[in-house]
Amino acid sequence: MLEVATREVFELMLSSKLTTPETVSEGTLDITAMVGLAGQLCGVMSIRCTRKSALLMASKMLGVEPANVGPDMCDAFGEICNMVAGNFKNKIPGLGDSCMLSVPTVITGDDYSMHSPKNSAAVELRLLFDNAPVVISLQVDS
Amino acid sequence: MDAIRALIVDDSSVMRKIVERSLRQAGIELSKVFEAGNGAEALTILAEDSVELILCDINMPIMDGLEFLKALPSVENAKNVPVVMITTEGSEAHVVQAISLGARGYIRKPFTPDQVKEHVIPLLGVKA
Repeated sequence: MLEVATREVFELMLSSKLTTPETVSEGTLDITAMVGLAGQLCGVMSIRCTRKSALLMASKMLGVEPANVGPDMCDAFGEICNMVAGNFKNKIPGLGDSCMLSVPTVITGDDYSMHSPKNSAAVELRLLFDNAPVVISLQVDS
Repeated sequence: MDAIRALIVDDSSVMRKIVERSLRQAGIELSKVFEAGNGAEALTILAEDSVELILCDINMPIMDGLEFLKALPSVENAKNVPVVMITTEGSEAHVVQAISLGARGYIRKPFTPDQVKEHVIPLLGVKA
């Protein structure tokens, strides 16, 4: 479900098909977009990739060259995460009404740790965007 | 088809640009595009200027899209202006609430320019 929701966002908004990596080789993913979920499903949806990939995503979304994206990069990357989270919850019957989304937050850099409540579960999805890694995570706290 | 004035309400400047581009791709000529980052900013714009179409997100800080719909009838300039919601909130309850508050269309993100065309063109009274 998470993979379908993610692929749809990239195909409809970026005209890009995500592919599945044959091996796990992430390198340094130095930008993260996060959207909080509250209600029947509590947790955090996040997308991590390189800044170069985020810039390319923004350029495809806006239909401009990467050099002309400017400060819209973080906004675009956050919106992608927002749409993946929204598309995901809308695919689960009953969750659309009972789960709310926060506005997106974008973090640049990779030197941070996320600390979630005990017993929370995580689903992680690794895909390639333009042959570069993208990691989509759903941390569920309830 | 005459060029129209449109108001796009979304807290993401990127989404505002994408919605504007989708309108143009739908063949809608825009003489002026107003942008607002939330419902309160949109009401301020509408107090001064008139538009023929409003496209509005739901999840926004300060004043969300549903609160904006509630406030809209009190704005003289905007009483009969069609509002189309464009949002990640795709639940049936949100759709019903938005329509009951006066929205004339509802588009779920992610969306295609064709969906924008399908929802907006009939409201402008022109053939697609």
